[in-house]
This record gives sequence, C-alpha cells and structure tokens, in this order.
Amino acid sequence: MIAEAGHYALILALALALIQSTVPMVGAQLRDTALMNVARSTALAQFLFCGLSFLALTALYVASDFSVANVFQNSHSAKPLLYKITGVWGNHEGSMLLWVAILAFFGALVATFGNNLPLSLRAHVLAVQGWIAAAFYVFILATSNPFLRMAQAPLEGRDLNPVLQDIGLAVHPPMLYLGYVGFSISFSFAVAALIEGRIDAAWARWVRPWTLVAWIFLTLGIAMGSYWAYYELGWGGWWFWDPVENASLMPWLSGTALLHSAIVMEKRNALKVWTVLLAILTFSLSLLGTFLVRSGVLTSVHAFATDPSRGVFILVILCLFIGGSLTLYLWRASSLKQGGLFAPISREGALVLNNLFLTTACATVFVGTLYPLALEMLTGDKISVGAPFFNLTFGPLFVPLLLAVPFGPMLAWKRGDIRGVAQRLLAAGIAALLTIALVWAWTTGGAALAPLAIGLAVFVILGAITDIAERIMLFRQPFATSLRRAVGLPRAAWGTSFAHAGLGVALIGIVCETTWNTEFIGTLKPNDVAKLAGYELTLKEITQRQGPNYRESIARFRITQNGDEIGEMVPSKRNFSARQTATTEAALLSRGASQLYISLGDDTTTGAVAVRMYHKPLVLMIWWGPVLMALGGVLSLSDRRLRVGAPKPAKASRALQAAE
Amino acid sequence: MRRIAVSVLAFALLASAPAHAVQPDEIMQDPAKEARARNLSKELRCMVCQNQSIDDSDAPLARDLRILVRERLATGESDKQVLDFLVARYGEFVLLRPRLEWHTLLLWLLTPLVLIGGAFALWWHNRRRNERSNAESVTTLTADEEARIERLLGAQDKPN
Repeated sequence: MIAEAGHYALILALALALIQSTVPMVGAQLRDTALMNVARSTALAQFLFCGLSFLALTALYVASDFSVANVFQNSHSAKPLLYKITGVWGNHEGSMLLWVAILAFFGALVATFGNNLPLSLRAHVLAVQGWIAAAFYVFILATSNPFLRMAQAPLEGRDLNPVLQDIGLAVHPPMLYLGYVGFSISFSFAVAALIEGRIDAAWARWVRPWTLVAWIFLTLGIAMGSYWAYYELGWGGWWFWDPVENASLMPWLSGTALLHSAIVMEKRNALKVWTVLLAILTFSLSLLGTFLVRSGVLTSVHAFATDPSRGVFILVILCLFIGGSLTLYLWRASSLKQGGLFAPISREGALVLNNLFLTTACATVFVGTLYPLALEMLTGDKISVGAPFFNLTFGPLFVPLLLAVPFGPMLAWKRGDIRGVAQRLLAAGIAALLTIALVWAWTTGGAALAPLAIGLAVFVILGAITDIAERIMLFRQPFATSLRRAVGLPRAAWGTSFAHAGLGVALIGIVCETTWNTEFIGTLKPNDVAKLAGYELTLKEITQRQGPNYRESIARFRITQNGDEIGEMVPSKRNFSARQTATTEAALLSRGASQLYISLGDDTTTGAVAVRMYHKPLVLMIWWGPVLMALGGVLSLSDRRLRVGAPKPAKASRALQAAE
Repeated sequence: MRRIAVSVLAFALLASAPAHAVQPDEIMQDPAKEARARNLSKELRCMVCQNQSIDDSDAPLARDLRILVRERLATGESDKQVLDFLVARYGEFVLLRPRLEWHTLLLWLLTPLVLIGGAFALWWHNRRRNERSNAESVTTLTADEEARIERLLGAQDKPN
C-alpha cells in the first residue's frame, strides 16, 4: 500500500513537472500573469508529492518491507534504525529519488523566496527546473523504479553493503546532492536569461546566493566524503583521483569559478556572457557526474554495453540539456550586452585570472577522467590515468593561482595598483619566506618542494589576514576604532578572508600528510610494542565481540609518549553475516591536528595480528580547510546585501506612492 | 557519489580474501630498495581494482605485483627496467601515469593548451576592446565625478 502510494505520488510529481515546464512558458509569451503564476504553485505541489514519495520509500525501509525489491536488496531487519533510513539512498534507485527530491526542494525554495524576481524571470526559471525534474522523473519511473514489488516476499533482506553502514552515508550523499543539484538553480537562471535575452547586475545578485548555497554544500560534501574514505577504507588515503571523486571535483572547480565571475558581474556589470556560460557548464558537469556514476560506464565500458538502458537514458538527458543549453547560448549570447571596462591589473582582472586557472584545472580533471574512456571506445587501447598524472598536471596550476589569491581582494576595482598591494603584502611575504627557511632547516634532506608549498600556504593565510587588517586599519587606528570597523565590515569581506585562508590551511595539511607521513607495518602479539613518530603503541589484547548484525575482533592498544599514557586506540575488523563480507574499522587518535591511525589486517598465526599504523602529521588541516571555506561561504551568504536581495520594484512603487 | 567508489572499491577488495596492502612479509631488507619499491608501487595500477595503485590495494593480484616489483629490484634492475618489464607483460594499462606517446598527446597537452589558449584569448579580447574604446574616444571622468558616482552608488547599495 505504501509502496503503491509512493509510486503514484512520483507519477503525480511527473505530471506536475510537465505542467510546470510548459504552462509558465506559454504564460511568459502571452504576458499572462495567471499562467506565469502556475509555475509557483506547481513547483510547491511537485515538491510536496516528490517529498511524499521519498517519505514512502523511507517508511518501507524503516518497516523492513521485504516485498519491495529495493528494500530486500539493500536492507536487513537487524540493521540499526539510522542505517535503515540512510540505506534509502545507499543504492541506485533510492539515490536517484533523493536527487529529484532535492531538485524539487530547490524549485520550491525559488517559488517561496523568489517573490522579488520579475514575474517572467521566475516563470522561466521554474519552467527550466520543471524540464530537468520531468526528465529525471521519467528516468526513475522507466528504468529505476524503487517501488517495484516482488511476487514472493522473502523473510530477510540482503543487507546494505557494510562499508556503507556508517554515519558518513547519512551526511555525505545528501550534502553532495544539495551541491550538485543546487547548481541547477544557476543553470535555470542562465537559461531563463538566454530565453529572455536580458541580463543585468540584478540577475547576478539573484544568482549569487543560490550558487553560494550549492557551493557550500558541495565543499562540505566533498570534504566529508574524503574524510569518510580516509577512516573507512583502512589505508589512510583521503583522495584517490577516482573518476567518481573527479565527477564531484569538476562541478566544484567550475562552481568556484562561477562564484567569482558572478561577483564581477554583480559589482561591475562585466563578464556577463562568460558567467552565463559557466553557470551552464557547472550544472552540465553535475549532470555528467551523475551520468558517470549512474551509468556504470566507469566500472567498465563493457558493463555499460551489456545493460545500457540506464546509461543510455542518462546520456540522452545529458545530451538534451547540455546540447540544448549550449545551442541556446550560441544563439542568444550575442544579444547579451557587455559592459564595465577594466584594466588587466584590477580586481576584475584578478578574478578573470582566477577563472582562467580554475577552468584549466577543471579541464585537466575532465580530460584525465574521460580520456581513458574515449580512447578505449575509439581505439580499444586501455590506459590508466591516476594520481601520478594529476599530481603532475593539476598540482602545478595551483601554484600561480595561490600566489595570486592574496592580491585579488586587495586590488581596487577597474584599475589596481599592484605595487601598492605588494607593499601591503610585504609582511606576509617575508613571513612566508621565513617559514620556508625554517621548515627547510628543520627537515634537512627532505623533499625540497614541501617547504616551498608550506611557505605558499602561509602566504595565502597571512594574505587573507592582511586583507582584513588593512580594511579595519589595524595598528594604524586606535584598537577601539579597528574593532568598530571590524564589526561594520561587510560579511562578504570576512567570507572572502575565511575562504581564502581555508585554502592555505588545507594546503598545509595536504603537504604535511603526503611528505612526512610515517608508517609501521608489522605483525604484533599481545604486549608487543611498536614505535612510531615518538609514540609507543602497545597491543594489550585481542578480543571478539558480537554486534547487532556483525561479529568483530577488536585489538586494544595503549598509546604512550615518553612513558606517559596518552590514550587508548581500539581498531577492529567486522564480519557481516548477511553478505559474508568484512570491514576494517580503523582507530584514530588526534593529537592537535595530527593523527595516529591504526587498521587491522588478518589474524596471522594464533594470537598475532597484522597491523598498519600511521602517524599523519597535521592531517586534520586537510578538512579544516574546506570547513573554513564553507564557513566563509556562510558568512558571505549572511551579508546584508544578499539577504536584502535585488531592488524590489513593488516596494519602490509603494514608497513613491507614500511620497505623494 | 563517493560512496559508490567506496562500495565498488570495497567489493573489489572484499570479494577476494581480505588481505592487507603491503604486508609485513613483503618488505625488503634494504630500506633504500624498499623505498624505491614503494614509489614504484604508487605508479602501478592494480588491474582488477577500480583505480587503485598496487600500493593501496588488498587484492591478491596487487600483492603478486608488489612481490614481482621487489624481486626485479632485488636483482639490481633500475626503476625504468622494472616498469618496462611490467608494461611488456601487462600492457600500458598498468601505468597510472601514461607515457607521452601519440595516443596520449591530447591528454598531456590539454592543460597547457587551455592555459595558453585562455591567456591568449584574454589578451586578444582586451586589446580589441581597448582599440574599440579608443576609437570611440570615451571621455574619462574626473576624480571628482568618479567620487560622486561612487557616493551615489554607495547610497543606492544601502538598504532602502
């Protein structure tokens, strides 16, 4: 009953999306207010029914209704409630349902908070959202229906893949989807602007908060996924240049570029054509990511060929939306008028430079991800493109970019004074050089690049602080004045500083972890001691334990440093009965930003266990960086300018009446 | 999206008997050679896994390859000889960093091409625009006028 209701709700949502995608367009053509307003009500109703459908599937999972094929394949009655709920999106069908539910959610947000948009723009934006939604509803209903019943209901389910039975699954995919799908709003705005043939600074002011929201979620989602892989997969890696990761990195890179070019458009009314193109590309890359992951084309080109129904379907959606929007762009972009002249050395110039490097970085990830696929399809040659390739091509791009980061926000609009800025950044530069010298001296004979990279990171962080210090005239005015200026400083300025400093923080973490990571690989018996980076790790005991749906063997380690006990670490290995699979649960001990990491291997001979131990210096900074960036995004989002939004014509006219 | 990677990776390594990447018994006596072996391992793909190096992978094949690499190093071969041997045996697929050849030219050259092409396009665009604005001979504003505009714009930016 619930399954059928959920299925039916999804069909209704499709019907509503079809209305939403057509009627408002007609209304905008005829300038009929009532027809244009249909967009708003259908968007809200579509969210309602899509949400109901999602709730129905969740209810089926919570109730462990194994007559539904999807629940049977991915759930187990003994699974803890949290993983029953998160299991809803731990599979293809459910995650696609989450995808459209979030899409509908964003549509509803535009419908609710878009009151200050011109009516025809809102109608167009929601109509484009309706097209995307309709395409994905058809996809789900035709090829990936999560509500299919089985003729004979089994007694027990097959359980969720044990690796996914983790809090990470509760947070990571929804975050990532909020990011991916959030970019659909900027896409819809861009397409609507092309359809209307009109675009101005106010447009950028509407688009920027939506892009920012999506970007914040995507940043956190990627960071979260990276940390999850770090502790769950058991070998302490945090980024693998896996095509699936690349699929989320590409929209992030172009989304970051979009965020910056939208600033130029909003403030200076320039880069319009480019911003619209970036908005289209960013969501196209999100769609591409969905295709890469959902079609199975990544696992093997042949897996895609044997069951192509889903893959071909998404490929068609991909071609329709990307091809369609780019065609529209080529046709209409010339009608968008350029404005706002600026010198190459200026804030705009710096933001253009940022866009150049981010776009190139994005293109690098794109070619690295798709080249092997294309080559195999065209010639049959199989090549691999992995971390060593990206370290050589992607990494160096960030050196000039990061060098330029502190300069950007301190340059004036239109025509900047680079020597003046350089003078103000002198202190940061000297501190960076000192850092390089110190790190070099401290790690004699080590990797030569690491001290340089750390110096660069310090320059970025201090540059961000200098920017704020300059704005509040720290040390040049009495402290009270500086404090008052700090409070009065636009939140967006704080946001910029936090986000840029986050880059530096992450870079320090990345460099330290990859350069000075130490490890111990060995077999230990109880009371054996392993020495690692000045810590002594003593294996106390190995025990067995029964969990809700698994058995685990647990090793207990006592950690001491110079004889002082500083903690206990309890790594384990779990065997899941339903799937006959095992997971390693690594134990982590944080010391400041550094971590000790232990993961268990096999029990070798009786009573001994193979272990891998790592000391990862400053590893946590890798994730603090993105958190700082996201915090910067939130600060920027809370800026009065964005909350107040664009000029409201309705209010303005009311004010005029009052004046009469 | 990552969770798919997680699950696929997990399947790849759990389907086989759980073992551990770089096991204690594999480590070479000579630390310098072991370090070289580890560096080489990071450049080599575990061919039954999804996008994992043999240094990371738990699969039996990865273990075989790690031992093979160490055996060749023990006989005194150079890094390049070891890689050549593996490429001859398993094909170019085993390298995580493809060699620069005709069929990988675009892969390697795209990044510099985009960067240089983009920079050139920006330069050209800027020059053309300058020429155009010179031709139109736009009268520039005086400092006073600019300050006044900034004030007006600033006032407009403030709420209500």
